[in-house]
Amino acid sequence: MGAGRLGAPMERHGRASATSTSSAGEQAAGGPEGRRREPLRRRASSASVPAVGASAEGARRDRLGSYSGPTAVTRQRVESLKKKRPLFPWFGLDIGGTLVKLVYFEPKDITAEEEEEEVESLRSIRKYLTSNVAYGSTGIRDVHLELKDLTLCGRKGNLHFIRFPTHDMPAFIQMGRDKNFSSLHTVFCATGGGAYKFEQDFLTIGDLQLCKLDELDCLIKGILYIDSVGFNGRSQCYYFENPADSEKCQKLPFDLKNPYPLLLVNIGSGVSILAVYSKDNYKRVTGTSLGGGTFFGLCCLLTGCTTFEEALEMASRGDSTKVDKLVRDIYGGDYERFGLPGWAVASSFGNMMSKEKREAVSKEDLARATLITITNNIGSIARMCALNENINQVVFVGNFLRINTIAMRLLAYALDYWSKGQLKALFSEHEGYFGAVGALLELLKIP
Amino acid sequence: MAECGASGSGSSGDSLDKSITLPPDEIFRNLENAKRFAIDIGGSLTKLAYYSTVQHKVAKVRSFDHSGKDTERDHEPPYEISVQEEITARLHFIKFENTYIEACLDFIKDHLVNTETKVIQATGGGAYKFKDLIEEKLRLKVDKEDVMTCLIKGCNFVLKNIPHEAFVYQKDADPEFRFQTNHPHIFPYLLVNIGSGVSIVKVETEDRFEWVGGSSIGGGTFWGLGALLTKTKKFDELLHLASRGQHSNVDMLVRDVYGGAHQTLGLSGNLIASSFGKSATADQEFSKEDMAKSLLHMISNDIGQLACLHARLHSLDRVYFGGFFIRGHPVTMRTITYSINFFSKGEVQALFLRHEGYLGAIGAFLKGAEQDNPNQYSWGENYAGSSGLMSTSPELGPAQRARSGTFDLLEMDRLERPLVNLPLLLDPPSYVPDTVDLTDDALARKYWLTCFEEALDGVVKRAVASQPDSVDAAERAEKFRQKYWNKLQTLRQQPFAYGTLTVRSLLDTREHCLNEFNFPDPYSKVKQRENGVALRCFPGVVRSLDALGWEERQLALVKGLLAGNVFDWGAKAVSDVLESDPHFGFEEAKRKLQERPWLVDSYSKWLQRLKGPPHKCALIFADNSGIDIILGVFPFVRELLLRGTEVILACNSGPALNDVTHSESLIVAERIAGMDTVVHSALQEERLLLVQTGSSSPCLDLSRLDKGLAALVRERGADLVVIEGMGRAVHTNYHAALRCESLKLAVVKNAWLAERLGGRLFSVIFKYEVPAE
Repeated sequence: MGAGRLGAPMERHGRASATSTSSAGEQAAGGPEGRRREPLRRRASSASVPAVGASAEGARRDRLGSYSGPTAVTRQRVESLKKKRPLFPWFGLDIGGTLVKLVYFEPKDITAEEEEEEVESLRSIRKYLTSNVAYGSTGIRDVHLELKDLTLCGRKGNLHFIRFPTHDMPAFIQMGRDKNFSSLHTVFCATGGGAYKFEQDFLTIGDLQLCKLDELDCLIKGILYIDSVGFNGRSQCYYFENPADSEKCQKLPFDLKNPYPLLLVNIGSGVSILAVYSKDNYKRVTGTSLGGGTFFGLCCLLTGCTTFEEALEMASRGDSTKVDKLVRDIYGGDYERFGLPGWAVASSFGNMMSKEKREAVSKEDLARATLITITNNIGSIARMCALNENINQVVFVGNFLRINTIAMRLLAYALDYWSKGQLKALFSEHEGYFGAVGALLELLKIP
Repeated sequence: MAECGASGSGSSGDSLDKSITLPPDEIFRNLENAKRFAIDIGGSLTKLAYYSTVQHKVAKVRSFDHSGKDTERDHEPPYEISVQEEITARLHFIKFENTYIEACLDFIKDHLVNTETKVIQATGGGAYKFKDLIEEKLRLKVDKEDVMTCLIKGCNFVLKNIPHEAFVYQKDADPEFRFQTNHPHIFPYLLVNIGSGVSIVKVETEDRFEWVGGSSIGGGTFWGLGALLTKTKKFDELLHLASRGQHSNVDMLVRDVYGGAHQTLGLSGNLIASSFGKSATADQEFSKEDMAKSLLHMISNDIGQLACLHARLHSLDRVYFGGFFIRGHPVTMRTITYSINFFSKGEVQALFLRHEGYLGAIGAFLKGAEQDNPNQYSWGENYAGSSGLMSTSPELGPAQRARSGTFDLLEMDRLERPLVNLPLLLDPPSYVPDTVDLTDDALARKYWLTCFEEALDGVVKRAVASQPDSVDAAERAEKFRQKYWNKLQTLRQQPFAYGTLTVRSLLDTREHCLNEFNFPDPYSKVKQRENGVALRCFPGVVRSLDALGWEERQLALVKGLLAGNVFDWGAKAVSDVLESDPHFGFEEAKRKLQERPWLVDSYSKWLQRLKGPPHKCALIFADNSGIDIILGVFPFVRELLLRGTEVILACNSGPALNDVTHSESLIVAERIAGMDTVVHSALQEERLLLVQTGSSSPCLDLSRLDKGLAALVRERGADLVVIEGMGRAVHTNYHAALRCESLKLAVVKNAWLAERLGGRLFSVIFKYEVPAE
């Protein structure tokens, strides 16, 4: 039985809400449509590397590495060493299975003297990253997420959030080599599986030593920190009220003043579920391979879509009840013996066993069904974990939720309905970036 | 969701001739007396259930009126044998493809005589679809029963009544099936039914169960999504595709994310990080096989994970899987087992059921038969009338098989007496009756199958000879030969077909087949003659025993028990001797025995024990008729009685080989009482009690014994169990651990087995065991 609801009311308004969370980012970045229209080319070797929204590598490489500057080696100021602050630039890197998340701290309190002594390559990095919203054809800066006037290690500045596909990692490393990053004597703190996978490339190609960090440590550190600094005066954490009712559904701030215990569900390509009891006390409860990568991968196979945004957009226009078999399709209504409502999904893609029904569905319906299936399943596993761990607040994070209001509202509804109001689904504005933030905090030795 | 979703598309067998002629003698047996029909119509298979009565010939023994002049007529038989008709109850279950449903309904209509049946219980997703057809054809009112309720009722029924119903699946083992012995307490358990969706039900008692959860990602998802991805329409073909695919081409694995570093991190690189994670690309083609495999893993892992989460939440370690997604498919059993092992870290076992496909029909039938209360009885699988696991009516000739498609049968006989555990078992859940698992031991399997094949001629001859007045005995005996021969061939191919293959199951199957062709007791005449001979020797034997000193007598008694046990028509080595030398007697047998020290010899310990206080009550399981029971067991019983020990003498309820039956033992005891005052007074004072085991097997399953026997054992406080004979003490129970003292004794009358045990033909087993404090 489906663990969640895909009632028709939600679907009618799905599209509008699906893009609302990210509107700022999209406008600044020129919108996903613009990128999607670019001609697609792929490396021959891309089969071995998962890709989300991948694009032409050659073009990107040129542009990503297009900023110029002297490569002369100059020593950083002695006093910053004294203060035991790491040298600029400050990066935190999270290399996932599909996406690389990069956070960059842009100091805004640079003194004239400092500026004078700043090496050219450092300045050019800063200028390049802060004056652009897109890097190459696939790198995006989520401008709407930028955290302003943050104080880190006594420095004031802005925190920038950048992402690009993992399969562009080689180009990123190449850029580091071209621009002689190693001369800055900076440390790259990186987490995620890719920190291990690309460690050797960083070293041999970029002459850069990676500081590899545990991804779950980073994730939790990142979440707790970001929640503590808020979102430019607003709340970082939020929830949905009346998630199933498009008219009344409201995104409301949530004060995570009592964060523990907390069930943390990180939905990237796959899903990790952690039970967090305190800042330093947590455990990985379980995980599932049915995650964002599954949604997007299946959508590509079923609909021929090429970007995550496109997949979501299609889903927002589809009707999954044509694809899924509902309880009412079998029992004509509720299955009272077991207290199952007629609208619950009995079998995901169950209608597709029939040839006639396979011929009657649209790509949008299939995309929608894929989204509903994956989301319901994550909700169901999360609910079981919450019960087993006796935790009642569940925070969903990860890039699967980016611009994905359908999934968030469904998670919110499913958790509430099946737990009879015992469980609360919470979300966080910087959904996919916590690992990278955690890596940055490690660099700065911020506990 | 049961099979609800599987309607419509993909039912296989479209091209088969729908107007098949059914082979009635094999498939819809005993329809004349059939009543109480139930039907479970799934997406592609229909399961029909009915109750019927079977008329059987049984051999009855009756004592002559000997009042007062017992020992006069020396050369007359001690009792008379008459063959009578007996009616027993049987449940028939037939599974066939939906394609045949109309032909089957027509067939039933034509052959159904019984007119008191007015209603048919129906369940399954297709019940609605075929409601009108059933009502029109059979003129029975269709009563719809809830799918899950039926499934659970059916599941409880098979778990209670069929030993070796549940098995674990082990991918690389030979065979892949490892059966679980029947647990005395089947509750609580988790039933995960993978139909088009998944239902997870916690079953706490016969009537109490609760839907605890489920998932919409189930068999329908595999089928539906699989059909979209691969353009393959049929479920079985999708499974076949999946079995040939490489999921690592489609899934993003841990090693894809971590590179080579997963090893140093202690991660398994082959774990799936993201299902279909590699298919997120528009310009790469993926093979159907790879996508199907990836889908299979995704769904199996997901179901396994949810099942583990639920098992943990409810603290259950037994999880049974069923539904059309599983239904005997090695591919899905394998992936589900893998997933359960992975997610539970081995704490939960994925269990599958041999008769999983029948659960709904069994449950629907039980619902309809509630007023007869079938649950108050014990039932036994009839090996003769049931096709085994993964074999499709192998007993049918090739021509018939081709015609009947995938007809699959299960028959269960109502046992006369309810069966329970022997209360003296040390640990009922871990009790395994059988000593050697022939499913496991290929060498032993080969030997015993050949052994049974070679003995078949003799059994056929004996069967014909037992019914000299019957005109069709030879014909029936030939049919018996065919049937049993085919069973043996099936077991050569599929040793797991009827659960764990053992010498016991081979013997029981033979008995079932003999009964099937109305040879209820081929040895009745042999037993009668031997009992007569032995009774005449009894006074002499007792006299010479009484003449011995105490210590000498104890050894002579044990030797007598052992020598008596040589007279076993079930053992080929012995039956050859007995056939060729009709004068082979007690003394000759004693000379055949191995000299001490025996192969297993704890006689000294036993003797020491006998010097101590008497036992309160001994439970003795007797073996053969004639010399064994009369000259071996009874003198031993007599000695125990004289020591002040009460004796419960347990004999089989029904005939098997030349084993003494309960009714024969009653006559024998009565005759001995006429000659011996010790036995006479013990019977009168109920210090000697004759009971039946509830079994008709040459072996002994201490977990399925007559309820009355169990009660008596408790009431009398039995503190010694004596198990005699190769079938009961070697093939079975050799390792059985009891809560009280036990004596297991036998003469190994099979050279191969003797060699296995490290001895020679006619080696002696004398195993006296005292439980650890």
